[in-house]
Amino acid sequence: MSASATPSAPLIAPENREFWQAAAAGRLLLRYCLACARPHWYPRAICPRCFAAHTEWRPASGSGLLYSYTVVNGVPPVIPAYVQLQEGVTLLSWLVHCDPAQVRIGMPVSATFVNSAQGQAVPVFQPAADRHT
Amino acid sequence: MPKFAAGNSRRNGIKDHVELKGKAYIAGAYEHPTRKAPDKSCAQLHAEVALGALRDAGLSHLDVDGYFCAGDAPGLGPLSLCDYLGLRVRHLDSTDTGGSAPLAHVAHAAQAITAGKCRVALITLAGVPRSQPAVHAYGVRSGANTPEAEFEGPYNLANPAAYALAARRHMHEFSTTPAQLAWIKVAASVHAQYNPNAMLRAPVTVEEVLASPLVADPLHKLDCCVVSDGGGALLVVAPEVMRSLARPPIRVRGAGESPKGTLAGDVDLTFTGAAWSGRAAFEEAAVTPSDIDYASIYDSFTITVLLQLEDLGFCAKGQGGRFVADGGLIAGTGRLPVNTDGGGLCNNHPSNRGGMTKAIEAVRQLRGEAHPAVQVKDCRLALVSAIGGNLATRHGAATLILERA
Repeated sequence: MSASATPSAPLIAPENREFWQAAAAGRLLLRYCLACARPHWYPRAICPRCFAAHTEWRPASGSGLLYSYTVVNGVPPVIPAYVQLQEGVTLLSWLVHCDPAQVRIGMPVSATFVNSAQGQAVPVFQPAADRHT
Repeated sequence: MPKFAAGNSRRNGIKDHVELKGKAYIAGAYEHPTRKAPDKSCAQLHAEVALGALRDAGLSHLDVDGYFCAGDAPGLGPLSLCDYLGLRVRHLDSTDTGGSAPLAHVAHAAQAITAGKCRVALITLAGVPRSQPAVHAYGVRSGANTPEAEFEGPYNLANPAAYALAARRHMHEFSTTPAQLAWIKVAASVHAQYNPNAMLRAPVTVEEVLASPLVADPLHKLDCCVVSDGGGALLVVAPEVMRSLARPPIRVRGAGESPKGTLAGDVDLTFTGAAWSGRAAFEEAAVTPSDIDYASIYDSFTITVLLQLEDLGFCAKGQGGRFVADGGLIAGTGRLPVNTDGGGLCNNHPSNRGGMTKAIEAVRQLRGEAHPAVQVKDCRLALVSAIGGNLATRHGAATLILERA
């Protein structure tokens, strides 16, 4: 498998420091609303579904299905993708450690992390059946 | 005197609903002929298109009492440009929904005119992304402090890749094919051959589209719009102003606008905000898709057109591929004549924002001033649809229904 491309460094907002600290430790967090008891993406302090102000971080399974993807040829090729997590929310990311010819919508994927050039771990996804750690 | 008192609108204010129908007219329209302007400033192009629209309508800059522009305006937007243009206005609107902003401006101008806030509204759009990309990029807002940038920026999603995500999903759910998408480009190219100012005037075939390089699988280079310098302007005027002019009256019969984002994580790339803005526009206009004689449909990419056609009700969801195939969008022979100027795919996409040129071609069609080879016979009712921003993340949809009064 080819090496992954390098993501850009996120501009981290104060309300999301905990998310990025967890990412650095290899853990994916989701923001849940305590009122409507559902996660949302991307994370917000106030729930974008019900506007309740009580939200909190919880660990995500990291497991999901590929909702859509594209292949941008380059060295290495990049596979931008939307992934629907088991928890229900769909997020933009990259598919890594995967031959572009083998990508299929609906394939199971799992979260992993790739560092930006500045060293911040950024969540990406890889085929669930073909883990590289 | 203002016909309606200002400041009395209520939240959920159905009681204050004011129909646009019959209250405002597009009296002037002008598309800059340039597609490459290395020797002109952005402000200069705004001024040149303003002058063009005023001449078209038979009005003077002294008549303008309302001014509308979006994020393509340099500096402090309407303040910089009102100063540059020497305008003294009593109403300003710098709503920015990306490339759909000029359609929102037409709707807002009609509302402002109906509310007595202005009588002659000037809308301008211009930019130089082709010849002066650094100048253009400098004017675009940075990602800092943008809430979504933190979770999307790391992945460097270029526009073609974003639209490819939507195209891929549509293909998965509805068996849409790259060849069907290519027909959208073919129709644009057939129309563009009659437009002497179009950037790409040579007709292309489905095979040529599919043979062009893959930019972001499944989108090819020829699925993408042009990058052009230039711009355009519109004048929206009150009924009494329209009656004093010699130009055909083009009535703003219905309008809708709606942002669509990532829906708190319930991402669905198979539809656009045009599903919502279109419904509002059709309801206000009290017409249906089958009443539409001509449609200008935002065409940043071929998939952009296909999704809007479905969302606006020209065909059922999932049937867009069949609707556009086999010349479905070609004037004279197709199911629905679309983008008869060649659209953004072949003619012009000034400042990376295609809404202005969409509105201008609809005005040409309703006036009977399109090229004879693509003029829709007895064109009475036109729809203009745009989604600005990004199809796969967040965009602003706007729909206009215009009528030759």
